[in-house]
Amino acid sequence: MSVKSLEEINERIHKKKAVVVTAEEIIRIVDEKGPAEAAREVDVVTTATFGAMCSSGAFLNFGHADPPIKMGKIWLNDVEAYGGLAAVDTYIGATQPSETRGLEYGGAHVIEDLIAGRPVKLRATSYGTDCYPRTEIETVITKDEINEAYLYNPRNAYQNYAAATNTSDRTLYTYMGVLQPRCGNVTYSTSGELSPLLKDPYYRTIGIGTRIFLGGTQGFVAWPGTQHNPSRPRAENGVPLQNAATLAVIGNLKEMSPRFIRAATFERYGVSMYVGIGIPIPILDEEMVRSVAVKNSEIFTKVYDYSVPSRDRPCLGRVSYAELRRGSITLNGREVPTAPLSSLKVAREIADVLKGWIAGGDFLLTQPVAQLPATANPKGLEVKAGSQAANVAGGGAR
Amino acid sequence: MKRIKALLRFPPNRAGKPITYHLVKDYDLRINILHAEVAANRVGVLVMDVEGQEEAIDGATRFVRDEGVEFHIVESAVSWDRDRCIDCGACTAVCPSGALSLDQKDWSLVFTPADCFVCESCLKACPMRAIAPAIGGTPAS
Repeated sequence: MSVKSLEEINERIHKKKAVVVTAEEIIRIVDEKGPAEAAREVDVVTTATFGAMCSSGAFLNFGHADPPIKMGKIWLNDVEAYGGLAAVDTYIGATQPSETRGLEYGGAHVIEDLIAGRPVKLRATSYGTDCYPRTEIETVITKDEINEAYLYNPRNAYQNYAAATNTSDRTLYTYMGVLQPRCGNVTYSTSGELSPLLKDPYYRTIGIGTRIFLGGTQGFVAWPGTQHNPSRPRAENGVPLQNAATLAVIGNLKEMSPRFIRAATFERYGVSMYVGIGIPIPILDEEMVRSVAVKNSEIFTKVYDYSVPSRDRPCLGRVSYAELRRGSITLNGREVPTAPLSSLKVAREIADVLKGWIAGGDFLLTQPVAQLPATANPKGLEVKAGSQAANVAGGGAR
Repeated sequence: MKRIKALLRFPPNRAGKPITYHLVKDYDLRINILHAEVAANRVGVLVMDVEGQEEAIDGATRFVRDEGVEFHIVESAVSWDRDRCIDCGACTAVCPSGALSLDQKDWSLVFTPADCFVCESCLKACPMRAIAPAIGGTPAS
């Protein structure tokens, strides 16, 4: 029942004749014209999200000083970056806090400063070798003065995410924001009916190698994200009812914009990074258009009690994103105000920018090089008895 | 009649005196407390709508200051950096007055200073650190 092939869609993009709409706009089109007509008329639907994604960071290569140094301990604006790679390669993680400014500045801020073109202080130490005699270096870098700089985010664009509340008597400071006591509020983090993986629930078109909007430039899906869990329970429309698939993404930091990559601090939790991601979905057939036309009222998530600091938090109920967007939900018979943590406004901006790129012929769609895994079984971490662990650690010597 | 929004800041150990009682009884002011955070041995903050004759408000201002309590007229409740803001809505999760809200159509953050209680909860809730204290507003003359 194929309506059109990806090649045909790309041909239309190339000729600037493709019909491109956002994942919000397609909902109205399908309502008015029905899925069959919509699938014939529309070529591409753009999805987007702009939320806090802690599992993010950037690979950098500084180039060699003279005499050269094999950097072992590395700091960027007093934020430690990983020194376990080759001499002048590093990975700066978004959540690493500054050694001098604590949680108010961290790896994400370094990345935002680099993207904005601001100078960043580089400091590194080493033990010195015959080929790399220098043991210390302190200098200033900008993104234009270093070699490679690319974002590689191991887990982004979660397919759905839990909503959070707090039944305890004290205020909680979490990665889901400030949760007020006695279920004073509920927070959620999604662009809902605009969110990429909610619109392609079985990953038919989004896979490894998919070209995407990342931070203001073209990037790619590199791999399934960490904790990728497509095996979660799903609603009849195929959309998972809680945190499911994730994506690892990659893109050139030097081409990004601080409008779409922003450093954040969650009070008493830590540093995180808002990442702007947009993914186009080709409308290959009627089934695809039905998936992308799923509405907030048909997408559900669960509300969890974050006052229980366990990996199995109690679930207090199931709500739709239409209910969460309305500003309050009923929880245990009481009206509780709701608030988002991801920016729908910026997500819409991303969906529109991507739409412009595709309609303008500048962004061709890709067939995944490989599909994302359709099943998975993520594990918890078991805490084993101390003596056993010690034996494992010392095992090699015996 | 004059109406102002006032912020009183109590130094430690000055929370004992019934300031608001005197404002009502001696100066005939109509007071509506918007936000209060007063604890023994800690700096306390009281934000209120104050309505009364201009001379009475002036007199009350002098009385409060003579008691060693800071008195500020609040004009800009908190300062909001529009450029830093990403319109996420995290601040709306903690705003008790509705001064910070999201426009239900375009999902922009809307700040209505007149509704602000100056509780400053939003300062900690904002992941972009786009909201700063307005340093107690303008001292009353």
